[in-house]
Amino acid sequence: MSQSPLIQILFLSTGLFFIGMYGMLTRRNVITLLMSIELILNSVNINFVAFNKYLYPEKLEGLFFTIFIITIAAAEAAVAIAIIINLYRSHQSIDVDEVNELKW
Amino acid sequence: MDISQIIFYCTATFILVTAFLAVTAAKIFRSTIWLLFSLFGIASLYYWMDLQFIAAVQTVVYVGGIVVLIIFSIFLTHKANDAMPKPPLMRQVLAALASLFGIALVLYLVYHHVFITPPTTVINANIDTIGFQLISTEKGGYSLPFELASVLLLASLIGCIVIAMRQGTAQVNSVD
Repeated sequence: MSQSPLIQILFLSTGLFFIGMYGMLTRRNVITLLMSIELILNSVNINFVAFNKYLYPEKLEGLFFTIFIITIAAAEAAVAIAIIINLYRSHQSIDVDEVNELKW
Repeated sequence: MDISQIIFYCTATFILVTAFLAVTAAKIFRSTIWLLFSLFGIASLYYWMDLQFIAAVQTVVYVGGIVVLIIFSIFLTHKANDAMPKPPLMRQVLAALASLFGIALVLYLVYHHVFITPPTTVINANIDTIGFQLISTEKGGYSLPFELASVLLLASLIGCIVIAMRQGTAQVNSVD
């Protein structure tokens, strides 16, 4: 156990990613799907930061990727919630099984 | 096993348990609160890695912004206390199998990969270093993505208003 804690952090982010994936596969409510996406994005952020800190400590590229991912996730969540509110107005439901007009 | 490792294991357990509760809780509001705790745990993990700026951004944007947005949208679209229907057992089992298979594959690959760790140099993640590189126009600077992010945020702001605007309010206002 003398190595850097990188591998343990990678285990953690793997677990977080697949917990988010389990949520994506089981849930059928749009808001909970959005929450699962946030978990997945967070596990990616942890990976970027950990690789940056433990493998390339002389650069800062991973931190910048994390900052931009957080920014874009905020924009994405805002647009998704606007769409959810509009969807609720027209369908009285935000269940993905009931909103299937665009399904081929 | 020193104190830093113990803190890491506690944080990791906290993150994973709260994340799992966030994707399995039956009531949507509880699920959101578990997500809030999980995001807090990730922020404290960034503190543990000695990256205060990222931890602050995580706390402000995720915990203070996105979770509040999600709570607002829950209040606008749900009765706060009714439980969501349970997913069918078959779907739960298949999803769990797929996730476990993915975890096993990735953990196997990560465990057997040899990472070439550099001779220990400490990462220089001061706020002023990050800030200067973020707005620098030299090679390795991030001023163009920075400006593009501002345009993206403006576009999503306008887009949210347009999408969520009630149809026909303009006519009502003009009649008034």
